[in-house]
Amino acid sequence: MAQETILEVKNLKKYFPIKGGIFGKKTLNQVKAVDDVSFHVKKGETLGIVGESGCGKSTTGKTILQLIEATDGEVLFKGKDITKASKQEMKNLRREIQIIFQDPFASLNPRMKVGEIIEEPLINFGLCEGKKARRDRVLELMDQVGLRPEQIDRHPHEFSGGQRQRIGIARALACEPSIIIADEPVSALDVSIQSQVLNLLRDLQKELGLTYIFISHDLSVVKHFCDRIGVMYLGRMVEMAGKHELYDRPLHPYAEALLSAVPVMDPKRKKKDIILEGDVPSPSDPPKGCAFHPRCPMKMDICSEVRPQLENQNGRFVACHLYDQPTEPERTG
Amino acid sequence: MLQFIIRRLLHSILVLLAISVIIFFSIRLTGDPVTVMFAAGEPSPEAIESVRENLGLDEPLPVQYLVFLKNLATFDLGESFRTGLPVTEMVVDKMGATLLLAFGGVFVAMLIAFPVGILSAVKRGTAVDFFGRIFSLIGISFPNFWLGIMLILIFSVNLQWLPASGYDGIEYLILPSIALGMILSGILARLVRSSMLENLSQQYVSTARSKGLKEWVVIMRHTFRNALIPTITFLGIQFGSLLGGTVIIEQVFSWPGVGRMIIDAINQRDYPVIQGGVIMLAMIMVLVNLLVDISYSLIDPRIKAGGGSS
Repeated sequence: MAQETILEVKNLKKYFPIKGGIFGKKTLNQVKAVDDVSFHVKKGETLGIVGESGCGKSTTGKTILQLIEATDGEVLFKGKDITKASKQEMKNLRREIQIIFQDPFASLNPRMKVGEIIEEPLINFGLCEGKKARRDRVLELMDQVGLRPEQIDRHPHEFSGGQRQRIGIARALACEPSIIIADEPVSALDVSIQSQVLNLLRDLQKELGLTYIFISHDLSVVKHFCDRIGVMYLGRMVEMAGKHELYDRPLHPYAEALLSAVPVMDPKRKKKDIILEGDVPSPSDPPKGCAFHPRCPMKMDICSEVRPQLENQNGRFVACHLYDQPTEPERTG
Repeated sequence: MLQFIIRRLLHSILVLLAISVIIFFSIRLTGDPVTVMFAAGEPSPEAIESVRENLGLDEPLPVQYLVFLKNLATFDLGESFRTGLPVTEMVVDKMGATLLLAFGGVFVAMLIAFPVGILSAVKRGTAVDFFGRIFSLIGISFPNFWLGIMLILIFSVNLQWLPASGYDGIEYLILPSIALGMILSGILARLVRSSMLENLSQQYVSTARSKGLKEWVVIMRHTFRNALIPTITFLGIQFGSLLGGTVIIEQVFSWPGVGRMIIDAINQRDYPVIQGGVIMLAMIMVLVNLLVDISYSLIDPRIKAGGGSS
């Protein structure tokens, strides 16, 4: 695997204001959907981002794309800060970074034909001159994602969920991107279709040398699909490690609890379930210190005071005070 | 598609039949036309009787109705009690002016409502949105006859820019169209705004943005085209009330249309003219609704006319 860093996210923050007052101008509070998240993606790899619903995974993805404006922080694509790009630069960057949305039913314009949906980026970015050439390119893209040529003049509603997701993928590929952010691309699909779409994504990655950021709440899918995985909790990245390292031995107590919830297909294996107490706190009023401390089975005094930073632990990253000391404490529980 | 149109046409005929019953019998509750005709003098009973016979009013009501229906089937709406002119000709003559006015009203409504609604939605929560909504409210709140009189006062009497009454060229259409379209534009602007907002939050809009399209392309080509679907339905339904609204506006602007003709006819108990005018308006109404239904399938590919699922 190539080791060149293609995308780097530095201290990314996205706060959504909660407005109130008579004129709706006063900011009463902020929802910290993404709160100081940093990570990098290497060329050709697949980075998974997992976490519960509402932990800010999708917002992170959309902020990278500038579909949502970041409150603070940098997104460096090939070393260039996207958040400060001009309109013209942004247009080109849009081509390089594409997104596949979760809901294949909502993400395609119902009034456009499949051919038009896939063709539009070709026209917009001037990737293909001439009607005939564009149509050939559209057909080629459709073939690449496993759609039949005669489907070119159909509307999205005439397709099944899996096929629609294929249209979404073809549309993203039409831009000839180097990174695709896949925002829960298979969670709206039947399990049998999920693996087809995942295999398609993997084949395309090999063929076209794509880099993926794969956002999901499905831990088994992520394990199957990703090289490295970041675990998010309440808008923060709590752990980031290679797939095998993370699944074999999660460091952060939250990651550990999360992974223990994955069903294991082995009746003989005794699995200890870590049941987390309580609910996820509101992102508008996150706990002081470590966001996870009210639910953490390993809670220490410092956890409610100081926010732990994502720090390097022998090549993997974890944000937890358990690993502050030079020697790792004995783990119980 | 053909099956659908045929079914709808049959349906329309039933609707028109029901309307004909209601008009026919309800106007006969308003009083005897013959007494109105002789309102000035003291006619002899024989004279009244002979006029009745002439007009066919001596027959029992059901028979009169069947005769009316039989003639209607051949588009013969009878003759005016007053002038003796064939009603079909009279109605066709005036209908052009009325339709022109109604379309003028719709055009003005769209001309105002589309930009206001789109801007309000796109600039949601800003001053633009605020004024857009205030404007909608003002548009809805004005009675159109009052607006008509005000327009005449300002633009015809004081500024003398535009003619106040009659129809003799395109400039005569402007003021009545504005008076007629204003209320509609207020409601329409709100509908466009809410429909735009609903569509702007859809994910396909994010898809369009991620394609790197310019914002106005995203708004006009992707969002607005989808937001247009409920708008067209609404306009189709409103076209009927607009035709009704022309009755008042035609009165204010002395517009030579069907509405004014019907009002005059009601004053004179001129049964055939009332019947004929209302039936024709109803027919146009039914026809417009049919066209709206057909146009759905053209605008929204998800709807296949005829209810066939895909």
